[in-house]
Amino acid sequence: MITHTHRPLRVILYEGTGSIALPAEARAKVMMALLDKGYTVTRSGQGASPVPHDDRSLLVLGAFEGKAPALEDVTGQIMIDTRDITDLEPDAIVSLVEKTRGDKPMNEPGKWKPWFPVIDYTRCTNCMQCLSFCLFDVYGVSEDNKIQVQNNDNCKTNCPACSRVCPEVAIMFPKYQGGPINGDEVNENEAKREKIKVDISSLLGGDIYSTLKDRSTAFKSRFSKERSADKALDERKKCLTKLVGDGFIPADVLASLPSTDEILKKAEAAKAKAAAALAAQ
Amino acid sequence: MSSSATILYCRCAYAQVVPSGVKNEVLGKLCESAASFETVADLCEMAAHRDPRLQAIASCANLRIAACYPRAVRGLFQQAGSPLPENAEILNMRTQTATEVTEALLKS
Repeated sequence: MITHTHRPLRVILYEGTGSIALPAEARAKVMMALLDKGYTVTRSGQGASPVPHDDRSLLVLGAFEGKAPALEDVTGQIMIDTRDITDLEPDAIVSLVEKTRGDKPMNEPGKWKPWFPVIDYTRCTNCMQCLSFCLFDVYGVSEDNKIQVQNNDNCKTNCPACSRVCPEVAIMFPKYQGGPINGDEVNENEAKREKIKVDISSLLGGDIYSTLKDRSTAFKSRFSKERSADKALDERKKCLTKLVGDGFIPADVLASLPSTDEILKKAEAAKAKAAAALAAQ
Repeated sequence: MSSSATILYCRCAYAQVVPSGVKNEVLGKLCESAASFETVADLCEMAAHRDPRLQAIASCANLRIAACYPRAVRGLFQQAGSPLPENAEILNMRTQTATEVTEALLKS
């Protein structure tokens, strides 16, 4: 399951009654800097409806002319901090926020990439090919026998292999560069003509790489270079190779990499899980 | 601007797949306006963690989101257990210009 669960502080840039509005350029600079550090920021101005608050602590920033008001949540559930930012430069405001956060952990951009498949359920036919294809148990089956992404953290960063073999173009990776894997619209006519048919049992049996390569040589997709069994093979292989090649990976992780025998077992297990789910529909 | 609209801006801070020129210009134009708006560092990061704040966002009746491909954004919310309402308007900073996005966000 997900392990990076540190939620960012919600910062309110307050510019209402009792405060002085920042110049637009400074406002933008402050917001960009805070966002690039991973904070969520609300600009309190006019007109639009705010998003309801959750249970996180709030930090209210405003040019209060010297003294930030002490605020208390009427429900007593949310801690509210206020800070005066009068005459502070954007960099100093960011430092103030960081200081206020202290040593509370928070996810930060640059240290981790949110890379995981997103299923487009308007296209997914619940065929379970992704469940069978992925070697890292990213996919699972819900209580009502629907395919779902269950283990985001198991997904190998920059590996979109499963999306290339999805026959319905239903798997997206929003951080991917090219379409339709990045979520771009699917050309329906091309998709119908070029559905990639993958015999999972043959892919996963024996030497999966040579088997898949043989198949992809015979199969030339006209639909898109972004969706091919050949590319899927290469990417899955790269993921494994990289894990092996990175010297910092502990021995126990190396030992957990699927062997051919394990892959065969996974294939059988996935096949059984998929068959059970499909039979139950 | 409609009094009931909620504006959300995604910075895509964790992977930088949204062109920086577009996202900076959109944020700059929002800051030049008088409107209230919400910003998040990265919707993908929030979806990965099933952040409860996505539920709060999805509960907004008249939502306008500046992020990336609409199909991906809807999928992220759905996968996190907080499907977006049908009428949520999603602007794509990967393909649209900053002007197009900002005008749609701030329209009356």
